[in-house]
Amino acid sequence: MLGLDKKDWTLLLIVAVLALAAPFILNPFPAGSELAQFNAGYPDLMQRFAIFGIFAIGFNILFGLTGYLSFGHAAFLGVGSYSAVWMFKLLSMNVVPAILLSMVVAALFSLLIGFVSLRRSGIYFSILTLAFAQMSFNLAYSVLTPITNGETGLQLTLDDPRILGASATADGSIPVTNLFGLEMRSTFELEIGAWLFQFNAGYYLCAVIMLLAFYAAMRIFRSPFGIMLRAVKSNQQRMTYTGLNPRPYTLAAFVISGMYAGLAGGLMASMDPLAGAERMQWTASGEVVLMTILGGAGTLLGPVLGAGFIKYFENIFSKINDNVLHGWFSFLPDGLEDLLVSIVHPFVGKGWHLTLGILFMLVVIFLPGGLIEGGQRIVRLFRKKKAPRGEDADHHPKETPHVAE
Amino acid sequence: MSNSKFTRRGVLKTGAVTGAGLALPTIFTASSASAFTNEPTGASVTLGFNVPQTGPYADEGADELRAYELAVEHLNGGGDGGMMNTFSSKALQGNGILGKKVEYVTGDTQTKSDAARASAKSMIEKDGAIMITGGSSSGVAVAVQGLCQEAGVIFMAGLTHSNDTTGKDKKANGFRHFFNAYMSGAALAPVLAKMYGNDRKAYHLTADYTWGWTQEESIVAATEALGWTTVNTVKTPLAQTDFSAYITPILQTDADVLVLNHYGGNMVNSLTNAVQFGLRDRIVNGKQFEIVVPLYSRLMARGAGENVKGIFGSTNWHWSLQDAGSQAFVKSFGTKYGFPPSQAAHTCYVQTLLYADAVERAGSFNPCAVAEALEGYDFDGLGNGPTHYRAADHQCFKDVLVVRGKENPTSEFDLLEVVEVTPRAQVEYAPDHPMFAGGSLGTCNPGA
Amino acid sequence: MDAILLQILNGLDKGSAYALIALGLTLIFGTLGVVNFAHGALFMIGAFCAVTLSKFLTLSFETVDPTKTDFLGQPLKVKTPYVEAWFGPDFGGALIDWAVPLSILFAIPVMITVGFVMERGLIKHFYKRPHADQILVTFGLAIVLQEIIKQVYGANPIPTPAPDAFRGSFDFGVLLGFDPSVIIYPYWRLVYFLFAAVIIGAVFAFLQFTTFGMVVRAGMADRETVGLLGINIDRRFTIMFGIAAAVAGLAGVMYTPINSPNYHMGMDFLVLSFVVVVVGGMGSLPGAVAAGFLLGILESFASMNEIKSLIPGIDQIIIYLVAIVILLTRPRGLMGRKGVMED
Repeated sequence: MLGLDKKDWTLLLIVAVLALAAPFILNPFPAGSELAQFNAGYPDLMQRFAIFGIFAIGFNILFGLTGYLSFGHAAFLGVGSYSAVWMFKLLSMNVVPAILLSMVVAALFSLLIGFVSLRRSGIYFSILTLAFAQMSFNLAYSVLTPITNGETGLQLTLDDPRILGASATADGSIPVTNLFGLEMRSTFELEIGAWLFQFNAGYYLCAVIMLLAFYAAMRIFRSPFGIMLRAVKSNQQRMTYTGLNPRPYTLAAFVISGMYAGLAGGLMASMDPLAGAERMQWTASGEVVLMTILGGAGTLLGPVLGAGFIKYFENIFSKINDNVLHGWFSFLPDGLEDLLVSIVHPFVGKGWHLTLGILFMLVVIFLPGGLIEGGQRIVRLFRKKKAPRGEDADHHPKETPHVAE
Repeated sequence: MSNSKFTRRGVLKTGAVTGAGLALPTIFTASSASAFTNEPTGASVTLGFNVPQTGPYADEGADELRAYELAVEHLNGGGDGGMMNTFSSKALQGNGILGKKVEYVTGDTQTKSDAARASAKSMIEKDGAIMITGGSSSGVAVAVQGLCQEAGVIFMAGLTHSNDTTGKDKKANGFRHFFNAYMSGAALAPVLAKMYGNDRKAYHLTADYTWGWTQEESIVAATEALGWTTVNTVKTPLAQTDFSAYITPILQTDADVLVLNHYGGNMVNSLTNAVQFGLRDRIVNGKQFEIVVPLYSRLMARGAGENVKGIFGSTNWHWSLQDAGSQAFVKSFGTKYGFPPSQAAHTCYVQTLLYADAVERAGSFNPCAVAEALEGYDFDGLGNGPTHYRAADHQCFKDVLVVRGKENPTSEFDLLEVVEVTPRAQVEYAPDHPMFAGGSLGTCNPGA
Repeated sequence: MDAILLQILNGLDKGSAYALIALGLTLIFGTLGVVNFAHGALFMIGAFCAVTLSKFLTLSFETVDPTKTDFLGQPLKVKTPYVEAWFGPDFGGALIDWAVPLSILFAIPVMITVGFVMERGLIKHFYKRPHADQILVTFGLAIVLQEIIKQVYGANPIPTPAPDAFRGSFDFGVLLGFDPSVIIYPYWRLVYFLFAAVIIGAVFAFLQFTTFGMVVRAGMADRETVGLLGINIDRRFTIMFGIAAAVAGLAGVMYTPINSPNYHMGMDFLVLSFVVVVVGGMGSLPGAVAAGFLLGILESFASMNEIKSLIPGIDQIIIYLVAIVILLTRPRGLMGRKGVMED
């Protein structure tokens, strides 16, 4: 059905259940407990999980299938955000036109950059994309300020025209983004016992779009087009000899993944109508590379996992301060408590970068296939006896992605 | 330590568990459930301290955080009370805010507007913060201020110097205690004219983004009004680390003053490079060549080492001030941490106290009531002399310090000496001044 | 004319920093086939060798000076460095003054050790892994290294001035017949340029004229054949990694008086040095050096007011623009070989 076989259906269903039940799954700890610090089930972070999931899925279509490592994908996300915010400023606060425009603009932009960059391969391609993205960032931060509002980021103001909407609401505030009247920030709160769950309209929009994006990626992976892209990765020369020109295929993959990035950017602006230039910086491009490889490049689920992993760290670990640590260890005698706090201290709060760096290294060293491989190893442990090794190739990247070799 | 962390929701929940233990659906859309966003209902209230903990401004962020922790301690009745004793308002009792114990959560802005907003949102959505404060750059301050306006909480800006924060990007829920680029110009220019004469030729190097531009505009206007001419204004990329290529062209001009509209790492590098190229040994038009750094950060200036000696600039506050408020603050900060506070620490401490005081006076945490209590408020005893929170743009007006790099520092903290305390009247401007025009406060948003 | 001369000087100076970092980067790539994202961190560690030594030399004991007070109104504690107390203020003071040049001696063994440990402990296991894994693991390492430095030394820059003798600037203008103080250049930047030239020359000479270098070059060209000849190429490559680390570290040590070092200086240089290496051609040593100087000089010219007024914002993008143009006209950079880092 819908062009998927049974195995894919199972995967899609699992992802759908995970995404829709995220407010429950991500809030395992009662709200008042010390461990509530680790809860991730609040709207902003859940939205980020979904949005960066989309971004990473799209990046994986290019990198995972063709092996072309782009170091400039953040530029498309940034361009998408800018176009969405401009749409809110000029047209209306409905997110649909904004998201559509962000995809179109990102597609055009990636067509341009892809057309030039794909003339080279390997690391030369990577550096070309990096150069384009850094140029976009530097210009957006300075010279293009009339369009991008530079350092402060493009924001909505009370005197924006908004042709199809109001410049300001009746009580004099800036209107909020909505989907045909459903406000993106409206949240339904559910209390069950000591637990508090938040169901946010914006998150569910992101989640549904992410599922669509995931489904589309699945179809691309399974299609003849996807096989063609894999051929580009495994042996471009042989492909050329058989009379096929790989360029149109790689360019199509580049534009598709650019559109995914634009979609992510548009969604980001729809959830929070601001677009800042830092979204286009090379570190942001590097982040999506890390997400994809960390999760497992070339797999369907890996990039989403990687995105969640990094965003969780950025938002949860950075908020653990000494005060919180003392709270955790307060049951211990004072001397021991202080000792433990001073041991943990360098790795959380302002040290979250350090922990992330160490975890990167550990994952890369011990799990060459990313987090997905870690999961598979655990699964294999449990059904050691049966299960010959012939699982789905996509979930079992024996041939690790040969980037730029 | 035994101060375990109870969030507002935590207390709320424990009450709910014992009572019902079943689903209580409530819809948190506009105007339902509570009167305003994150209304504290338990025995404590949560404030959100959003400072850079990673990235180039991490040390300033750390100092801001120290000040916040000190402020919370004082509000809860701990320590020696610091500036609460010298504050002209006596509403604060040392029993928290409105009798509720003050709790806080911290976050990392990374000095990026996206990360700062994500962090602020998690404080509002997850931790139930009723007020957000912090930041060490104008980009972040403006971005978070916009978010707080939307979410319906109060934003007490930390270190932000751009005119825009209370100019074209001002918001009804946002308040700034720190001074701004216009005030730097208004305070600095007369001192410069007095020291260097009225016929100087200035050459500006300016960080190429909004803060740099507003500061350049302010300094150019203020100095030209006193007879200076501006030879050239050159923009430098933010990511620049070596400024030699921007400094050597100055040698070809007849400029005799270099104004560095740079902050943080940019300032350290451009100043170091300018001194390396012997600019301070130059004689042009028979005058000694001079360098000016309009906005000083003492923490960062340490990175420039000896190069800051004799260089003029302005700051919001300095620990060597002798008024009772500043002394009390330096004493309690220095006793706790072992070194004097920075201007960023001062402004953050003061903002926390001002917020708490406004809540006490308003008798409510409702952002609109708090905003009303802060608007047009006159106070004293928090350093900087008598201060006024202007209702029209939520900018504080107070004395501004003109400082100079000290020739013979006695310690590693003793970097700047106060040359002049510019009286408040001299740095005031009309709310519709062209440099601040555009934008409007809008109306206060209590959220929920 | 004088303006152009000055910008060429600026470019040579900036270029020598680029060239030194790119040289080590391309050396590692050429010998080991590893894309090392932690190379910027090695530059940073070198700079912090200088910081560490000057901190060490200024280790002080405190005496109380009752005539002065500190910020809390208590008697001021005056710090006297131990070295001044031991060797007298003259020699001790000179030691502190010359901390940066002295750090070279300190940095060489430190950097070689760091290089060996990195190669044997981590990089070795990644020879057979895809480049993406190498990038990720070295990037992780770079983050870890810079965070450790941040936790020890803080995030703010730390001043490490050049010795007094090098602090002034040199008047080129007079030498060339221009007016005095029109073309002046700081002594330390001249020192940096000469230092870079010596290091680059030494590396080339080492590879060109020693047996060791010959074997390494052979290994770079065809690793397998050299291995088949019974030569232990791996051990030599480890040594080359140590040398590349030392080159990056020394570039960092000497850079500290130009700009006060901070923990993220390595990342600041990382992207640029990669662009330099690629523009020069992956694995080409002369290419890296040439591209370093080329980009340095072009960047300096782009920041001239005359050019900026023609094309606004050109100084923001010049490096990337040049990289794009070169890569589109010369597929493998200035001097790259076919088949390296393609596919």
